[in-house]
Amino acid sequence: MINDGVNNGRRSFLIATTAVGGGVGAVGIAIPFVKSWTPNEKAKAAGAPAKADISKIEPGSMITVAWRGKPIFIVRRTDEALGYLEGLAPGLKDPDNLDKGQQPDYADNIQRSRKPEIAVIEGVCTHLGCAPKFFPEVQPEPFQEDWKGGFFCPCHGSRFDLSGRVFNGSPAAKNLPVPPHSYLDENTLIIGVDEENS
Amino acid sequence: MSDKKGLMAWVDARLPVTSTFEKHMSKYYAPKNFNFWYFFGVFAMLMLANQILTGVWLTMSYTPTAEGAFASVEYIMRDVEMGWLIRYMHSTGATFFFLVIYMHMFRGLMYGSYQKPRELIWIFGMAIYLMLMAEAFMGYVLPWGQMSYWGAQVILSIFGALPVIGPDLVEWVRGDFLLSGITLNRFFALHVIALPLVIVALVILHILALHEVGSNNPDGVDIKKYKDENGAPLDGVPFHPYYTVHDLVGIVVFLFVFCFVLFFFPEGNGYMLEYANFEEANGLKTPEHIAPVWYFGAFYTILRAITFDIGPISSQLGGVIAMGGAIAVLFVLPWLDRSPVRSWRYKGLISRINLIVFALFFVMLTWLGTKPASGLYQIMGQIGTLVYFLWFATLPYISANEKTKPVPDRVTG
Repeated sequence: MINDGVNNGRRSFLIATTAVGGGVGAVGIAIPFVKSWTPNEKAKAAGAPAKADISKIEPGSMITVAWRGKPIFIVRRTDEALGYLEGLAPGLKDPDNLDKGQQPDYADNIQRSRKPEIAVIEGVCTHLGCAPKFFPEVQPEPFQEDWKGGFFCPCHGSRFDLSGRVFNGSPAAKNLPVPPHSYLDENTLIIGVDEENS
Repeated sequence: MSDKKGLMAWVDARLPVTSTFEKHMSKYYAPKNFNFWYFFGVFAMLMLANQILTGVWLTMSYTPTAEGAFASVEYIMRDVEMGWLIRYMHSTGATFFFLVIYMHMFRGLMYGSYQKPRELIWIFGMAIYLMLMAEAFMGYVLPWGQMSYWGAQVILSIFGALPVIGPDLVEWVRGDFLLSGITLNRFFALHVIALPLVIVALVILHILALHEVGSNNPDGVDIKKYKDENGAPLDGVPFHPYYTVHDLVGIVVFLFVFCFVLFFFPEGNGYMLEYANFEEANGLKTPEHIAPVWYFGAFYTILRAITFDIGPISSQLGGVIAMGGAIAVLFVLPWLDRSPVRSWRYKGLISRINLIVFALFFVMLTWLGTKPASGLYQIMGQIGTLVYFLWFATLPYISANEKTKPVPDRVTG
């Protein structure tokens, strides 16, 4: 090629601006592909509140209801179990609910619930999302000798007490979340709604 | 080229068929001392072909929805002619794919095949391995059984531990607030289209990079140093026909083993197809014991080994970092090994013992991944994790300082 009359400065400028223009275009065309992966309108609409009748739950037992596809554990704790909560504190990672994001304000107490005996807990392990299993009995368990009742995650061995508070030595770092909940009446729990009687 | 006649000459003038065949097959000189360990690369290619072929056939009868997936797999197993065989070829193929890849990688470790000038071959290989893990993970979600669902739940939650972006990233990948049919459908798309394309492209790069510098061999000597009057390495033989025929014999033996497992142990005693996966996915009930398929065992154990907080790093994030680090450190291996010799035949005793120990602990970690993480298993997993990282941490020092044996000029056997 003949170099006569080549304006190198203009050539570099054109190359650079074309590259920048192409780059902007590439980012622009990526937007619909990235956006397409976010939860769609149908998925967003599927998160309605869930109701549960708690009158049939015997002391010391649990029912599971689904809310937003997640298992919600509802436990009626015995007085004995509530009595243990205070004494378990030294072995817990966050006994005083310092992580405010894990429960609503009205559940920021030692029982982590509105009604002391009724625990409402999201059954999604804060480690990697398995559903912990319910081990209510005060008896030695394979995973802990002096077990006072609570939840044990079969996936990675995280342990939680009956308030969903995580024990030291668990891979999970946070307490099980308490979902927003309230009572329509004495026996009807509604999950996903914060306000009483709303 | 101009004096050639006929159809081939016509094609060659338009497409470099003959010259490509010569470059990569009939005039590609491979060392003549390849041993048993050099079969696994071609076995991996065979398994890739098997996965693609059976995979295409499976898509013809599979339904990628939360409502239909489980039933469609049953339909393939029971109603589709030979569907059971094609599905078992695919599922058994996944296990054998990983098995031969692990052997292929161990070969690389023994003979220093990642050392200069083969660093890129190793990196492409590791990229294939990484993509293969993603591919296998997404494939395992597709039958939408209990283990599909909960395995995916756990693996996706791993990303949730990343600071700041974690939770949003997981939601973006899932496309929902929980694992759902939306996730299943996109995993299907990635599993059958996107990742196979990437894997095939990486395999091509892996081989192009290999053929650029030439194959290593059990002695780790450079066969290009001594050439005959025609410029062919004295210690090399043309890949075709010598190694093509040689590999065919290996393939026959390999297929005997493959078919034995395929026909007699297609579930692999619960390690290849887990029994919990014969139950349809249920988002409210976690199976008693969640275990990954065997080939993810080692990294799963490392993930679970961190049960304590390290300063500001929570145990959860610590586990994720450890697992990510365990994979990432493999990529930089060519720069960690500073030994002047390639093959362990000429490395010092400590290097050789360390490699055996490392391999044994990797097997142990793999086995532990299928066991519950409690008691003795937990402690063994933590020791194994420590040993895994110690091998990499001590490698630069040991390889640079230990006394090596003299490397012969020519290959030895």
